[in-house]
Amino acid sequence: MKILDRFHIKSSLVILALLLAVTPFFMTNDFYYEIAIVALLNSIIVLGLNLLMGYAGQISLAHGAFAGMGGYISAILVGSYGFSPLVSIGSAIVVMAIFAFILSKPILKLKGHYLAMATLGVGIIINIVLNSEEELTGGSDGMSVDSFVVWGFEFTQSWEWYILVAVLLLFFVWIMENIIDSPMGRILRSIHDSEKASGSVGVDISHYKSIVFVISVVIATIAGSLYAFFSGFISPQEASFNHSIELVVMVVLGGMGRIYGSIIGAVILTSLPQFLTAFEDYQTLIYGSIIIVVMIFMPKGIVSLLDNTRWQRGGKNA
Amino acid sequence: MLKITDLTKRFGGVTAVDGLSFHVKKGTVHSIIGPNGAGKTTLVNMITGVYSSDEGSIFLDGADITNTATDQLVYRGVCRTFQHLEICGNMTALENILLGFDRYMSKNLLQTCFRTAKIVADEKRYTDRAMHLLQLIGIERYAQTLAKNLSYGILKKLEIIRALATSPELILLDEPVAGLNPSETAEVAELIKVLTDDEVTIVLVEHDMKMVMQLSDHITVMNFGKKLAEGTPDEVLSNPEVIKAYLGSGSFE
Repeated sequence: MKILDRFHIKSSLVILALLLAVTPFFMTNDFYYEIAIVALLNSIIVLGLNLLMGYAGQISLAHGAFAGMGGYISAILVGSYGFSPLVSIGSAIVVMAIFAFILSKPILKLKGHYLAMATLGVGIIINIVLNSEEELTGGSDGMSVDSFVVWGFEFTQSWEWYILVAVLLLFFVWIMENIIDSPMGRILRSIHDSEKASGSVGVDISHYKSIVFVISVVIATIAGSLYAFFSGFISPQEASFNHSIELVVMVVLGGMGRIYGSIIGAVILTSLPQFLTAFEDYQTLIYGSIIIVVMIFMPKGIVSLLDNTRWQRGGKNA
Repeated sequence: MLKITDLTKRFGGVTAVDGLSFHVKKGTVHSIIGPNGAGKTTLVNMITGVYSSDEGSIFLDGADITNTATDQLVYRGVCRTFQHLEICGNMTALENILLGFDRYMSKNLLQTCFRTAKIVADEKRYTDRAMHLLQLIGIERYAQTLAKNLSYGILKKLEIIRALATSPELILLDEPVAGLNPSETAEVAELIKVLTDDEVTIVLVEHDMKMVMQLSDHITVMNFGKKLAEGTPDEVLSNPEVIKAYLGSGSFE
């Protein structure tokens, strides 16, 4: 397949790796590291969500809730049951994958607005459960999370976390490129364009919708769990409707169906509020205005700025 | 090859297909004609499992395929095209054809995530075959063009060769030349002849009488969901019932 030619995929990955490697030189204190780590974790969630929304064309207004739920499962397994962090994340992945698979069967029969409504409902229910199961989750006060120890190595320094998350992001970008540039990726894109067409050539649509949904939920679980370990604390706020909406905005603002759009959207939307704190009372107003202006002038997302340059991928906009 | 017995479909009070029976012989072009609203597209949708049948059965080589889903039918050698184009506009012409070949390619999740040699080899092998099909309809120069930027005539042909990519034994063509100009129509007719040379059986739903008469081995005429007449093109042409119900008092040319 020439549309995403392999040379561009590799060179884009190298450039991303270089950017990630250079960034620490501009981060003079821990605060910047913290923003960067959260931005990269959001990027990872948004990569998975973009596969679901931008490529397969299925919306989810519950991914914040899925990430939060995954984080809670990891946190509870480590805190209350004494699992090691890696085993707890692994268990959270298995639980969330099964949960997502069962959920996907009825929910992904719905389309468009109805699917949005259904996922919205699921997200709110998850949030309510996390708030009310006080014995397990600590309720609305949240719960503290043990430190992240892997084979005796404890992640404590910000730069250690930064390296971990950056490597993970590169790994998932590579996986996403591989999925999209494959028969499965082609099937996902065809479901977005025309379910009738994919059905007529033998695609079991419900099966692939479930697969892509599970993939995106598993990725959200991994990032959500790492966030819980990183911040040492998790509250229902991570699983709130606001967070879910933020993630969707990151997908759209960065660029639907564009891998690097996911990263751009997540990084900008995560860091923007921090840079706008200088405006105090007007912070939210300016934040909202920027989003509106970007959507009016760049309906294909911020990543479309990179088009028409040598970054452009052959055939994509032919 | 395809046998239909007493097939019936009701939408509320309307009986769109009413006790229809006919038989399609292997390797032939079997046309289904009739006025608008006669139930032709409903019939195609029933054969391909889009609509469930209220009564009656559909057999493929003796096996009951009534209410089998469209995607399952592909694995039994049945594929279709649509009256209204169903092409993936945001994919290139080549990718649309590759979609037809996807049933043969590895979609294993681990292989996909890590892009193993098998995935790369499949891709290369079937890209060559897809390019062959594009050459068949003479649009290999548009291989890397997004389908939404191609003309309607090209897309109609693209849909037919996408169906061909699934290597079907039976293709159902729902109005393949609707909206095409005479030269494009001739090209589609030519393409259908190529298919029959490959021993593919064809069920053709079409309004273009000239093409139907020229290509068909056998014709079933429908009106109000019922079978009005059937036979060879000549027999149907000379049937007074058909002329009265469908063709009016005019001639075919």
